[in-house]
Amino acid sequence: MSSPNTPSPNQTADTPSGQTATKPGTSSRRPLLPWVAGPAWFLAALVTWRWPDADDFPDTNQLATQFCAIGLALTVAAVLRRLSARAPWAIALGLGFTAWEIIQAKLLWLPRPFFGTPQDLLDVFLTDWRRLGDSLLHSLGLLAVGYGIGAALGVAIGVGLGRSLRFRYWVRPLIRLIGPLPPVALLPLAFIIIPSSRLASEALLALAAGFPTTILTWSGVVAVDPAYYDVARTMGARNRFLVLRVALPAAMPQIFVGLFMGLGVSFATLVVAEMLGVKSGLGFYMQWAQGWAAYPNMYAALLVMSLMCTGLVTLLFKLRDRVLSWQKDGLKW
Amino acid sequence: MVTTSTRIAHPLGLELDHIDHGYTIGGVFTPVLDDISLSIAPGEFVALLGPSGCGKSTLLRLIAGLEPPHGGTILAEDTPISGPGPDRIVMFQDPTLYPWRTVRGNVALGHDIAGRKDQASVDAAIELVGLKGFERAWPHQLSGGMAQRAALARALVNDPRVLILDEPLGKLDSLTRLTMQTELHRLWRDRGFTAIMVTHDVEEALLLATRIVVFSPRPARIIADLPIDLPPHRHRDDPRLLDLRKNILTQLGHSADW
Repeated sequence: MSSPNTPSPNQTADTPSGQTATKPGTSSRRPLLPWVAGPAWFLAALVTWRWPDADDFPDTNQLATQFCAIGLALTVAAVLRRLSARAPWAIALGLGFTAWEIIQAKLLWLPRPFFGTPQDLLDVFLTDWRRLGDSLLHSLGLLAVGYGIGAALGVAIGVGLGRSLRFRYWVRPLIRLIGPLPPVALLPLAFIIIPSSRLASEALLALAAGFPTTILTWSGVVAVDPAYYDVARTMGARNRFLVLRVALPAAMPQIFVGLFMGLGVSFATLVVAEMLGVKSGLGFYMQWAQGWAAYPNMYAALLVMSLMCTGLVTLLFKLRDRVLSWQKDGLKW
Repeated sequence: MVTTSTRIAHPLGLELDHIDHGYTIGGVFTPVLDDISLSIAPGEFVALLGPSGCGKSTLLRLIAGLEPPHGGTILAEDTPISGPGPDRIVMFQDPTLYPWRTVRGNVALGHDIAGRKDQASVDAAIELVGLKGFERAWPHQLSGGMAQRAALARALVNDPRVLILDEPLGKLDSLTRLTMQTELHRLWRDRGFTAIMVTHDVEEALLLATRIVVFSPRPARIIADLPIDLPPHRHRDDPRLLDLRKNILTQLGHSADW
């Protein structure tokens, strides 16, 4: 935040509202917690290593080593004072893994094939990481093309709807007819009329991302204060400037809501498309794992998918924070 | 505070010839301007006074070229006005700064539209209105007075030949308003542009203008056109101003006994 240094003589009281950031839970208030995080994970390692498994599980010692490594890393972080706000979560996770290890790997309280142990999950990542990674890349590729095209089209169509009466006359009925339809409902049709299942999925993803983006861009553009246009017009601005440099930035907060909603629908469409038609990707992997009753693989794929989704949402929010840095305050993802 | 004052070469003269205008609201046509003829000499400071909603602001929109009049013509130096242009800049009642641009970005708006790069003139305008040091502030961080100063700088950067002021000080608190009146007057003297200002405030008009045009209630007609032959440095308590004030208030239909 730039702090103004020369207030005008008449306006000494008129300083911009400064924002001060104070971090909750600084190290001086809770000096002990960071030091507990490492031991929590050492406990998980010890239980895994010394307590005999209830059955013949794979990779038990490997898992204990991993827990130990995390414990070490957390201890180093505590020494370097880099672990303050996140310490409670680190402890909770360590204890959680310990509990999971005891309940399932050591005591086997839950029915076996459906509920796995931590070492089962680890085993999937150790033995099947190539196929998991490959599936992730395929899913990401499909998403990138479909969502990218849909988002770009959505913004363009939304601006058109907001700015041009003739465009609105012809396009609005189509949007109203097709838009509210869940993209998944079009899947069977798309797989029939579009020869490549990949292309069909990309088209549906574009639709999924495009509809919310279109509607919210449109609503953002029509909500632009007409005075903003007058200000630019009085200086001689032409339509191109009014659209690209006035309407678009003014509608940007709304556009990002649309992009966020579109991303959510895209995730759903992606998974269903991969389960039904595309012979690759995380959805396909999960379908396959379920078919073979390979539940640990399913959990692993679920975990990877969740990391992918949250990662992409985080990316979108980072972009939003950059573009909308002028806003007074926004939601923290 | 004054550092740069480039006197502009050609203030613009305007000729309004039998202007009629109106709006259709809910299927009903409402006449707003009725046969307005007005000749504004280059470099004049004309205040347009009239009851609220009489159509003064509409007249400004026509002069700015934001709308074409229904009837009559507006000539700017013998050329009919056909649309907006950077020689006629409007300053609105609200600052209407773009919230996604910093103060500097807002002031540079005219340059961006024209495709010019002239950082020096942007900084000079910011300094001229007393906002030096706030170049990187966002509009939501500014007070009302500072935002209106930024809007003034945004207008001045275009070197307007006529500055069209649509009650620019109307929403400011009274102290900020006094300061801004003085500064506006100083800018007009230094730069020599033509100024046309709509205001509700008789005293403001008397302090700033070289001529006051009084309008009737809607549809607006000109009911008085008073030259103010007073020196530029006027005092609020000047008895001649008080007389004029009484006169104008009577024209506007208020009894003069207060």
